[in-house]
Amino acid sequence: MTSFPSIISRRRRIRWHGTPNALKDAVFVVVLWASGVLAIGAMAGVLIVLAIGSAPALSQAGLAAFVLGADWYPTAGEFGLVAMVAATLAVSAGALLVAGPLGILCAVYIRYYAGDLAGAAFRVVLMTLAAIPSVVYGLWGMTVLVPHIAAWQPPGTSLLAGVVVLSIMVLPTVAVLAEAGLRQLPSSLYLGSLALGCARHAAIKRIVLPSAKGPVAAACMLGLARALGETMAVLMVVGNAVAMPDSPFASVRTLPANIALEMAYAIDVHRSALFVSGLVLMAMVGLLLAMRWYWGGPDDPQF
Amino acid sequence: MTRNFRPFANDFLVRAAVAAVVLVLAAIVLHVVTRGAALVTWEFLTTAPRSAGRAGGIAPVLVSTVAVTAVALAAALPLAVGAAVFLVEAVRPEATAARLTRGCLSVLAAVPSIVFGLAGNMIFCDWLGFGFSILAGGLTLALMILPIAACVAETTLRMHGEDRRAGYALGLPQRRIVWSIMLPAAAPGIFAGLGLGFGRAVAESAALIFTSGYVVRMPDSVFDSGRTLAVHILDLAMNVPGGDGNAFATATVLLASVAAVVALFTALDGKRGRDFI
Repeated sequence: MTSFPSIISRRRRIRWHGTPNALKDAVFVVVLWASGVLAIGAMAGVLIVLAIGSAPALSQAGLAAFVLGADWYPTAGEFGLVAMVAATLAVSAGALLVAGPLGILCAVYIRYYAGDLAGAAFRVVLMTLAAIPSVVYGLWGMTVLVPHIAAWQPPGTSLLAGVVVLSIMVLPTVAVLAEAGLRQLPSSLYLGSLALGCARHAAIKRIVLPSAKGPVAAACMLGLARALGETMAVLMVVGNAVAMPDSPFASVRTLPANIALEMAYAIDVHRSALFVSGLVLMAMVGLLLAMRWYWGGPDDPQF
Repeated sequence: MTRNFRPFANDFLVRAAVAAVVLVLAAIVLHVVTRGAALVTWEFLTTAPRSAGRAGGIAPVLVSTVAVTAVALAAALPLAVGAAVFLVEAVRPEATAARLTRGCLSVLAAVPSIVFGLAGNMIFCDWLGFGFSILAGGLTLALMILPIAACVAETTLRMHGEDRRAGYALGLPQRRIVWSIMLPAAAPGIFAGLGLGFGRAVAESAALIFTSGYVVRMPDSVFDSGRTLAVHILDLAMNVPGGDGNAFATATVLLASVAAVVALFTALDGKRGRDFI
């Protein structure tokens, strides 16, 4: 009986069994934690790089020159972002005013009106809208929308064109997230109100939507965050003159468009000023994310 | 009168909103395709652009697009799978490390693409010295699609909790469970996540104009600048008078490739389609 284990142990000594298991386990754990750290590092890296890029302009002109200054002549030391921040907010808020209610109606349709097949088909429509590249929206806006607006109120490239294009782009975000929020509600709410004799529209308006206020608001916040950051489609239709948005037909320039337009030739402080534009944009998005977390939406991690 | 009218009006509002959305989608796609489809010929796909893109085809643009997205997906795959396995295997869901990681990923997902462009320009083009190159553009896009791919991978990994527990019950080491059980089981979901990432990457222009650049020559290696389809459309529409025709043709190609790849990856993922948002 004693010979059996000794044979195994002798063979172990003779044959090479590859890397010891303990080492493999250790390597695995290190790789695992490194992946987690890398994900955090990616986020931190983007913010740090943004801060480093902004530092020269911020130390030269000061933050006040950016957030209070009215004029943007970066090569002459005028770094005012006020007009562009106002334009970014105007375009995004306009888009949300259109896409918010429409998106909520679309979510209600999928959840409470459509059958399985129609609901799935309409989801495909929303996904397709979300998948269309922003340059394609921009191209459509330039060739269809802008000429129509120009025939009415020249020159056509305007805040209004930006709002229309952007609201189409933001709509699927709001609709899909609001639908996810509605899905999280206990079905007893809706079924219970029907059982009490509510009509469908009344149950939705008085019971369902008020109960889903948080998630629906969070969906709108994320739609707004999307709108703030959208670059190319807006750039292609708003005209890009740096001016306060004083009429829907005025040509304006948004913060992301400003970066995209000038980054190609900007050097030194001018380049750094564009990083400050990015930082201000990021701060606006961060504020919206904070509001979204406060309202606690559907924890859709795709965002 | 109003009592009977109200439900009708409310229902009508919902259906009108839906109809409007469907009509807008149809109008946009039809407009692009009717103006572009006739110009998409074999020759268009296989020749180089001439006269700044007004004439000729998009061959080098197609090659650059494939190269940039390939770099992006190849770099994002290990990062995303690593992050997802970390969240599932290394930490409890409610642990601080898990919440921090998940929070960082969700913030990363909300970062505007132009900000990725700024960061990518500084990190990859300046600091790492890649210049305007397919490599720099691809790595920037990899950062951008990391959160969406990681999220889909995590969801899929969590769906196989039973297999995972069975592995532990057999006394397998963690690395065997991850490598031999969970990753093969979750592979379809992981690839579906990459498909969504592809949709993002191939549509992107803002993050690419100053990372991969807009040189329209045929790239020789990943260190050359290359112009993707989306950037080509942007350039034709904005900077080339008379470039509209080829812009629509390129847009048709872009729409078709997004649709094809997203449909393919969704099919791989099985019956349940994923939210492409």
